[in-house]
Amino acid sequence: MPIAIRVGAPRVVPTRGIPYPTGDPALGPKEEKAWRRLLVQTALRAISTPVNKPTVFKPGELTT
Amino acid sequence: MKVVHYVNQFFAGVGGEEKATVGPEVREAPTGPGRKLASLLGDEHQIVATVFCGDDYAASNDAAPAEILELIKATGAEMLVSGPAFTSGRYGIACGRVAAAAHKAGLVALAAMHAENPGVAEAAPAPVVATGLTAREMGATLEKVALAVKKLASGQTLTPEDGLVGSIPRRNRLAESNAAARAVDLALTRLAGDRSATEIPMPDFGAVAPAGPVTDPSKALIALLTEGGLVPAGNPGRLESARATKWLRYPLEELPGLEEGSHVSVHGGFSTVVANENPNRILPLDVARELKDEGAIGSLYAEYFVTTGNGTSVADGARYGVEWAAELRKQGVQAAILTST
Repeated sequence: MPIAIRVGAPRVVPTRGIPYPTGDPALGPKEEKAWRRLLVQTALRAISTPVNKPTVFKPGELTT
Repeated sequence: MKVVHYVNQFFAGVGGEEKATVGPEVREAPTGPGRKLASLLGDEHQIVATVFCGDDYAASNDAAPAEILELIKATGAEMLVSGPAFTSGRYGIACGRVAAAAHKAGLVALAAMHAENPGVAEAAPAPVVATGLTAREMGATLEKVALAVKKLASGQTLTPEDGLVGSIPRRNRLAESNAAARAVDLALTRLAGDRSATEIPMPDFGAVAPAGPVTDPSKALIALLTEGGLVPAGNPGRLESARATKWLRYPLEELPGLEEGSHVSVHGGFSTVVANENPNRILPLDVARELKDEGAIGSLYAEYFVTTGNGTSVADGARYGVEWAAELRKQGVQAAILTST
């Protein structure tokens, strides 16, 4: 994530590891899929939000 | 110094795109932007000839730089200036190659073009000075070029302050104090408030203005992209595991998600074992499909784009990004989720 910000990526969702940006092998299959779903939902929140500089969107509790 | 100036067919006044295939020719006088450059150089340096060539001929014909070099040498000039090519790709490549050939032949050589022109990489070991984006900035550009010509002609080397871009050749020199003393000086300078003081400047990644937001993702066409080297099993497009020279596109249609064995990551910068057990860990197709089926995403673009982000040059990475953006825009895609490894 510090690299993404430094090179100027406009909207950044931090994840848990370089080898599995949209996963987490430490979790069970169901929990991992829920985590991935949360990341994509966070990405959807990011793309619908106006930004004027590199901005981090933390995966948080979502109602949808 | 006697200077020869290289320009393309357009700046030589020969014609536009319809004349891009003409071969190299010589005019025994400054031509086009060379006239203004000649007046800026004053009496000290004379433009004795202009060599011009069509952009297609010069950039797509491997023998063209050598052919152009023969014409340059025949003018008896001691120095070559090529361009300014601004952001014109073929013209920039020609200017870079001609400058490189002239430098190798023992002439003082200089090319001028925008810092992002692909021709910058072609010019080494000849120096390149950066120009503006388009010929609208011709006046200021030629002033910079004239200063660089004078400096090179006097036997000095150019620095980034002169507008030097591209790979800067390393030269050994004796420092005034040893590394330990310089490190302490640098630390003190930084502590005193100069946060950018350095002996090794980091690459400049430029700045990209963020795109405006998507009004409603549930009505948008969204693409999935990755630099994680994820390809169909067997790597049919032969994507490299490092220093990728290309990007590829593969279909996602009909796939509910990615399965172990259907896709693998060829990325050479991390262990791909975990990614290959479940490729959705690199490209989140399974949950993107669910969100599409539930209506949170309008629709998913039918392909994904992939390259390998591992030791890839900034210039190549930037080019892939520009090409992806152009292609996605053409396909009506409003937003993209790009996973980064």
